[in-house]
Amino acid sequence: MPSGQVYPSSEPARWKYLDRIRTRAGPFTVPELFNGETSAEAQEKMKVLVIGAGGLGCELLKNLALSGFKDIHVIDMDTIDISNLNRQFLFRQSDVGKFKAEVAAAFVEKRVKGVKITPHNCKIQDFDEDFYMQFQIVVCGLDSIEARRWINATLVNMVDDTVEDSYKPLIDGGTEGFKGQARVILPTITSCLECQLDMHAPRAAVPLCTLASIPRQPEHCIEWAHVIAWDKEKPFPQLDKDDPEHITWLYQKALLRAREFNISGITYSLTQGVVKNIIPAIAATNSVIAAACCNEALKIATSCAPYLGYPDNNYMMYSGNDSIYTYTFRHEKKDDCPVCGVSARELQVDPKWTLQELVDSFATRPEAQLKKPSIRAEGKTLYMQSPPSLEEQTRPNLEKTLAEELGLVDGQEIGVTDPAFATVSFKFKLKFT
Amino acid sequence: MTEIVMSQTPPILHRPSEKERKYDRQLRLWAASGQAALESANILLVNSGSGTVGVETLKNLVLPGIGRFAIYDEAKVEEADLGINFFLDEDSLGRSRAESLTGHLLELNPEVQGDAYPNENVKTLKSLLTHSPVFTTIMYTHPITPENISLLESYGQQHQTPLVAIHSAGFYSYFRIHLPGAFPIVDTHPDETATTDLRLLTPWPELVAFAEELTKDIDNLSDFEHGHLPYVVILLHYLEKWKAEHGGSHPSTYKEKTEFRRIVQSSARTKNAEGGEENFDEAAAAVLKTLVVPSLPSGLKGIFEYEHTHPAEQRSGFWLIADAVKAFYEKHKCLPLPGKVPDMKAQSKVYIQLQNIYKARARKDAAEILETVQATPGGQNIDPAEVELFCKNAAFVKLINTTTGTISRADRLREAAAQEFANDENAEMTLQPLSLLPIYLAMQATAHVEDWPSREEILARVAKMVPGSDENERVRQAMEEVARAEGGELHNVAALTGGMVAQETIKIITKQYIPIDNTCVFDGINSRCQILRL
Ligand SMILES: [Zn+2]
Repeated sequence: MPSGQVYPSSEPARWKYLDRIRTRAGPFTVPELFNGETSAEAQEKMKVLVIGAGGLGCELLKNLALSGFKDIHVIDMDTIDISNLNRQFLFRQSDVGKFKAEVAAAFVEKRVKGVKITPHNCKIQDFDEDFYMQFQIVVCGLDSIEARRWINATLVNMVDDTVEDSYKPLIDGGTEGFKGQARVILPTITSCLECQLDMHAPRAAVPLCTLASIPRQPEHCIEWAHVIAWDKEKPFPQLDKDDPEHITWLYQKALLRAREFNISGITYSLTQGVVKNIIPAIAATNSVIAAACCNEALKIATSCAPYLGYPDNNYMMYSGNDSIYTYTFRHEKKDDCPVCGVSARELQVDPKWTLQELVDSFATRPEAQLKKPSIRAEGKTLYMQSPPSLEEQTRPNLEKTLAEELGLVDGQEIGVTDPAFATVSFKFKLKFT
Repeated sequence: MTEIVMSQTPPILHRPSEKERKYDRQLRLWAASGQAALESANILLVNSGSGTVGVETLKNLVLPGIGRFAIYDEAKVEEADLGINFFLDEDSLGRSRAESLTGHLLELNPEVQGDAYPNENVKTLKSLLTHSPVFTTIMYTHPITPENISLLESYGQQHQTPLVAIHSAGFYSYFRIHLPGAFPIVDTHPDETATTDLRLLTPWPELVAFAEELTKDIDNLSDFEHGHLPYVVILLHYLEKWKAEHGGSHPSTYKEKTEFRRIVQSSARTKNAEGGEENFDEAAAAVLKTLVVPSLPSGLKGIFEYEHTHPAEQRSGFWLIADAVKAFYEKHKCLPLPGKVPDMKAQSKVYIQLQNIYKARARKDAAEILETVQATPGGQNIDPAEVELFCKNAAFVKLINTTTGTISRADRLREAAAQEFANDENAEMTLQPLSLLPIYLAMQATAHVEDWPSREEILARVAKMVPGSDENERVRQAMEEVARAEGGELHNVAALTGGMVAQETIKIITKQYIPIDNTCVFDGINSRCQILRL
């Protein structure tokens, strides 16, 4: 039963409504974890990291500032584009071209008195573990799977059983159109992003021969222009997907190709969508998902109510296409997760494959999705992507077959690294088919 | 369905305008037609209480570019507002909340107009409703006085304006959409995968002839040709063979279908260079999904059987087309063909031919329906594009908010409660999540402007709504949580709810996607929603 006692924070008039919730227990508050007298003060001392200052990021910064957090950092390497303005509400027409992190931080700092927001206009990979160690909570609003996997792997790797402060809860949001998801990861304790990777299976690529000789859809003509015609004709030295001239060139090429095959439906917008892999995005959905994430951040920071990840559910799916549907469930941790698991993940391979075939297969397997894998087995280096000298030295192995020529056996463990995950070694166990 | 006419003239390159670039990510969801609807919307927010949820909703509507909005809010900005509302700042203190909010919201999108009330000329809600241009949607937030609710409800009835009631406090929220009459949606945006309709069991002569021509010498086709037969053609070919061997009937039971699938799969050539054929894999994989006798989807059945309550409703474009589709269905025992062919392995030319056969049939069906519509009184002015869209989506057309007879709202709530509490009794067995109705009941008991009630008083009001429910353990917990917040919002829950309400408002304004029917309850302790019909 609630105690009824509110403990006013440093600015009681301003935080009147928040203090009712964060400093007094409710019927679902776990009494052993909650101390209303100190919860607001403890929260105000926390450092929170926001990754991404885009559609979700703008919302996250606003929400965290109005949830009583005082010390927030934000990382984003991107600059503001006109197509951001329909949802990234901290940016104006006159901000186009400026760094997102900087503009967003300055805006929220100015609007919400007393909050400090430190922007970092760079990539998350530019920072090392020492940097990430200073935060108590990390909230992610990213559109790239790669970046998510990198921060997930980094936070899991940082866990040290002997250092209590090394557990950094990771809260992750994502949206697409009217749909989205919010999830909480307690590194090494609950299912991590890598455990959940198969929920984001990469879209099947169109076979090259379809593009080259038997296109049927407008998308095939666009991909042809993008993958084949561009390389052949090199109209500009480097393809810049944000340059309208470049997109126009591809659009024109695709249009001519489509006409040759009697295919209809090529538009500029479709060309841009296919080439940039554009995901539709609106303010309303970002609002739902970012708020769901920050609601968990407040609960984790103050223990004023049970949060996702504790005691059981850790994943909320949201869909607004057909009515509103949420599915909040527990995603189970996988023992064979290459990042947080204890055992190696099984990998179905044909023993007659060459090493090259194995290397290529890593990119497309839903459970791996590694684009530049380097492979070791029992301390022996089979193939290294870099440095160039080592690559050259190991390149002959690519031609060799797995079982016969490289001597790999059924059930053998291999270690895989990828430049996208600097420090992490993925463990796999070969299973011959 | 607009066809692009192929011609020899060089393509006119349409590069996006400044506005199309700004709205690119949303135009991909609701297209120019949806955007035009948004831009002609005029939305009223009647704001009260701690005042955040409605403003967060408006933010999500101003950004995508609604035409205009108005905020009616009698409050002056206090210190506590700055701890919860992002669209107020130090300079707003002591000023009209409506005015400060409107100013800050307008900064988000220069294309949107906005007004704040009350002001010098318009001092009451009543006079605003009398003097303002017609509102296309009205949102109001709790707590609100019963007098204002009835003002808004009668306005909604008079102008056929959808009303949205929103209540957010602490970790809880709900909103209820009150639509004026039955609400049909044609452009429901079903999942791509659900829309495949190939009519393989009832092919028409042009399709049959096409398949026969390609397969008449199937065993002597080159490996390339054999490996590029579209799966539609493969299935039609083996279906003909099956029918010849089974007295003219299709594979209909699950067992027959799996046997048929085995036949198809085993007909693939394996001694070719690839050691198999992708198109036959596609054909085998499509057997169970495509060899189904079409039945009338329940949504459409409801539309065909719907009894109109207002004669005016019956004469709308939607209902004229629906009647024509019903006549078509009764005559042909099938719906108009949508005409879309999924991508499949095939040579370009063959695929385009196949696509054209489906498109031609779809156009023929749509033309027949258009003819029926035009022969009906009032049907001459119907836009053929509207008929085409209906035909393309016929299987997914949806009607919500149909009336449920004469039962009062109070009785409906009691019925819903009985049902929900009964479900909860079995929840452990059925593994269904527990009902969120207790949250709705506890919040509803504090929905009006007044001094904050005691716990006993909240429970007494709940008992008045649903007799006996005050004894329910979960209702009591919800009441405790409601008492904890004392009507104050949490920013996150307000923002989350504002996102949901904005989505729903967009769906209603654009008449695309499917809105809730009719109440959504959110539980921020467990991070989940439930939709209830109340
Ligand atoms: Zn894991």
